[in-house]
Formats: sequence, C-alpha cells, structure tokens
Amino acid sequence: MRKTLVVPAVLLALLSGCGSTPMSSDTGATVEDRNATPAVQTPQVTTVTPAEPTGGSYMDELTNPSSPLSKRSVFFDFDSFVLRSESQPLVEVHARFLVGHPDVRMLIQGNADERGSREYNLALGQKRADALRRALNLLGVPDSQIESVSLGEEKPRCTDASEGCWAENRRADMLYTGEF
Amino acid sequence: MKHKLFAHILLLAMLLASIAGARAQLAIEITGAGANQIPVAIARFDGESVLAGGVTDVVRADLRRSGLFSLIETGPQPISETAVPDLVNFRIRGADAMLVGSVVAMEGKRYEVRFRLFDTQRQAELGALALRMNEGQQRATGHRIADFVYEKLTGLPGVFSTRIAYVVKTGERYQLQIADADGENPQTALASREPIISPAWSPDGSKLAYVSFEAKKPVIYIHSLASGLRSVVANFKGSNSAPAWSPDGSKLAIVLTKDGQSQLYTVNADGSGVKRIASSAGIDTEPFWSGDWIYFTSDRGGTPQIYRVTPTGGNLQRVTFDGSYNVTPRPSPDGSSLAFITRSGGRFQVAVMDLASRQVTILTDTSRDESPSFAPNGRMILYATETGGRGVLAAVSSDGRVKQRLSVKAADVREPAWGPLPR
Repeated sequence: MRKTLVVPAVLLALLSGCGSTPMSSDTGATVEDRNATPAVQTPQVTTVTPAEPTGGSYMDELTNPSSPLSKRSVFFDFDSFVLRSESQPLVEVHARFLVGHPDVRMLIQGNADERGSREYNLALGQKRADALRRALNLLGVPDSQIESVSLGEEKPRCTDASEGCWAENRRADMLYTGEF
Repeated sequence: MKHKLFAHILLLAMLLASIAGARAQLAIEITGAGANQIPVAIARFDGESVLAGGVTDVVRADLRRSGLFSLIETGPQPISETAVPDLVNFRIRGADAMLVGSVVAMEGKRYEVRFRLFDTQRQAELGALALRMNEGQQRATGHRIADFVYEKLTGLPGVFSTRIAYVVKTGERYQLQIADADGENPQTALASREPIISPAWSPDGSKLAYVSFEAKKPVIYIHSLASGLRSVVANFKGSNSAPAWSPDGSKLAIVLTKDGQSQLYTVNADGSGVKRIASSAGIDTEPFWSGDWIYFTSDRGGTPQIYRVTPTGGNLQRVTFDGSYNVTPRPSPDGSSLAFITRSGGRFQVAVMDLASRQVTILTDTSRDESPSFAPNGRMILYATETGGRGVLAAVSSDGRVKQRLSVKAADVREPAWGPLPR
C-alpha cells in the first residue's frame, strides 16, 4: 500500500514489546532540523496594469455612419475561410481608401466562434484575417500597409450559444491607424 | 482499507472564516473521490492554538480534498510528537496512519512545528520533520505538512504547496491570477481590459509566459511574478501565441504567423534566436515541450489532430487517429501519458492516452472542456469547463475517479495552468 521508512532499531524493539504503551523517550532529538534553509516561504506576486492604448478615430470619413467606410466587418460561413461574394463591394471601398492614403495602415482582426480550443480558434481567426488581407492585396494594397492578426474566440460580438450568434462571431474586422 | 465513496460536498471556503469574503476566490467542491481512501488520523498538534487558525485544519482539508484519504476523528485533545501515541487505539478506530506534533514558540514571533507520522498497523514511525515558520505562515506550513504525509503514504510528491494560474473574466475585465493549489490567497499578476490566454509556468515557477491582447493583437510576454517586470518574447507582424517552455527554461516553443499561417517556432526566453521547427500547408499550434518531444496540434491531415516532433524539427509523428477533433496535447510530467481535448458527439472532453499502448480513456462527463494541465505529480488534471453558462475550473484524477470543481462567484474562470513543485 505505501512506502515505509527504516525504523530506528530502538523504536522497533520498544514497539514490538507492547504497541499500546506510550513511550516517553526523547524521540524529539531525531526530528530533522531544516533551519539551514528557510523552511516555509510565501511567494510574492506584484500586480501590473497595462496602459490603455490611445483610441480615437483617424478621420471623419472612416467613422461617419453614412460613409461605406464606416462598415468594418466581413462575415464567414461555418468552417469557411473564403470571403463571401457579397463582401466584395465593401472590400473594394476599403482597398480604394488604402491605395489613396498610403500613409494610413490597417489592422485586420480575424475572429472565430467559441467552440473548441482557444489557441486552435486563434489559428482559425487568423485564416479569416489572411483571406481578407489577400483580397485587399489583389486590389492593389501592399502588405506593408496591412497587418492581419487574430483575436480567436476572445472578442465575441454576441455571446449566446446559438448558430445565429456564432455566425456574428465568424468575422474579420478592419481597424485603421489611430484605432489600434 | 475502506472502500467508501464520499458523496458529501465540502466547501473549502467554509473552513476559512478568517479570510475576508470580499475577494473573488476559487471555491472548491469535491464531486468524486478515490475508490481506495487511506484512513488517516491527524491529531491536533500540542500548542497549535498559539497560531490563529492552527495548522492541522489546513492539513486535514488538503488531504480530504485530494480524494485519496479519509479522516479519522482524534478528538479535541492535542497529541504531541514527544511520545509515541496509542497507535493500537487509533488502529481500532480505523486509522492506518497517524500524525502527531507540536508547535513551539521561538524568539521573534517565529515558531517551530514538529511532527511525526506513524503506521498504526505495523506500529512503526514513517518519518518526522521540524519546520520553522514566521507568524502568518500557518497555511503554507500546513501545506508542507500535508505534502509530507501524502508522499509518505502514496509514494508520490504532494502538490499542496504548489500554485495555479488562471484567468478570471468579470464583465469586460480580465485578470491573470495566481492562487495556492487550494484556491486560497489569490493574487492578481495582470489586470487588463483585453483578453489574456495561454499562461505557462516557467520550470522554476518564478515566471509566467502568456498571450495578452492589450496591443489589439496577440503578443507573447514573460512576466516575473515577484517583481511584476515584463518582457515581450514575440511581437512579430501577425499573431504571436501558444508559448510553451523548454524543460530547462531557456527557450520557448511558440506559434507565429509572420511567414503565413500559424506555424511552430522556438525562441530564446529573451526573445532572440527565432527558429522555425516545422512547416505545413495548414495550421500548426498548441506546442507543449516534454523531454525530447514537442507535441502540437495540426490540421495538416485534414482535421485537427495531435502530432509530435523533436525540438529541432525532426522525426515527425502523428499521435492521434480516432475522431475528427483532437487538440491541446499536454503530456504528463513523466512523459508516459498524454492529456488532450477530444470532440465526440458534439462534446469536448478531457481524454488521456497511454503513450505506450496508445489506449485512450475519456476522463470527464462535462461537455465544454478546454486547456488541460497536469499537476506536477501527474495525479490530477486541472481543466476549464462550463456549468450553467459560466466558465469554471475542474480537476479530475488521471484515473478519472477523483473530481473537483473550482469556481469564482459571478465570474468566468478559464485558462488554468498548474505550477511546478516549489524548489
């Protein structure tokens, strides 16, 4: 059942005589002294709070709700990493803006629904961000102007466990300089 | 040996009236216990009342929570280690082992805690120890005593003095927390408005590597827990994620997208010397470094499965074959088995594979399991799951018998990582 240590001969002899007799011999002397190194330590943890990134919009054109550039999301089918044809006009609007403003950079954040491993979903979100980046590349936007990253399942737009909700979360978002 | 299954629920928090209730703290429920519990008598230590809360309550709570021990009543009378206790009497009461001891006040609010463990059947001493402690360290001391008892009676090191890391999400706030293995003493290492995932303990337990989204993208940091000093390990163009320490703590296996899809690299802990170690046309992610292997998840075969490769990128082997979704490989500390998440019938569950026979056993009856993490003695697996729409942590023994649930009120808890044995 278990490990047994070597028992001092004296103790054994005494115990084998009569197990129920309490011993009052100086057993305390054989207690191992661990004073040389501090026996018990309480590790410290220091709290860190990262600075908030500076927000704010780059220009009105990108945020004005009446501008098509204010629409920043493209959506994907379940288990799909291919842009839907219905997304193409929006991609073209953003490509034109980027080509006309070579000093402005775009961050594409890919997302995945919440089912399964967080890190694997991060990789799936990356595939969606990369699909959007390649579509912009084809419309003349150089890679130097775009970074595609993934937020995986970490930033769901919708948190119910339903297909309608998961569809909202299978998307890629476009952010411009000043927004990330 | 008793073959009793304990059905009662223990709320550990109740044992700790002295802890302020305001802090978000993990409460542990035991939902299953080992089939062969060792009955053990933990006497009150002579003089322990000089310490607020004493030490033996901590020892008892630890041993009970492990699911491997049942506790035999010893009564209110303290029993010192200076004399051999009435072992026959405690054997008759059902105890296989008995712990006795004393607390002696020393100069400068220091204390010495001396204790002896006896085998009541063979009437033999199993070992003795004296620990010196400062005032206020009675919980840490109690964990050390429980570790001693656990190791003497099971042959495996106890993990009561270890710490766990996990992420708590409260509203839109994320906190990377470190707590004792019993959920006590939670401390926040990082508080952020952006997600934090994939914490990984350095082998010496002094640092955590993790992925933080505070820069609006995944970036890998190393965080020294005592000082709070952080350094960026990888912030390349694209996503940086899934850090895993090498066994000597000098390197990490990581996942980068700087050259295309998510692929495996190694990097020195100071961020230098990035090397690609595998290439695929698909996703390679979730590396875990174990001895001479790096285990990882890849969909190169069409569905996500577990593979392994040497740290220099050689000898690639596929490890899982059954099912269409096997992810998050986490080898046991001795490298003999592999915990991972498998999907079947729409459920995501913790499974364990014996690496010699390749036999797979599903360990849990939950259905949204993620992020398994072995205790450093290989006996328990901590993982994240969901109950009632809320993220909780759970633990299951590697034989599937002992089960625990760890939750924080009104918060989501996820991404657990069990720290190493203290040095």
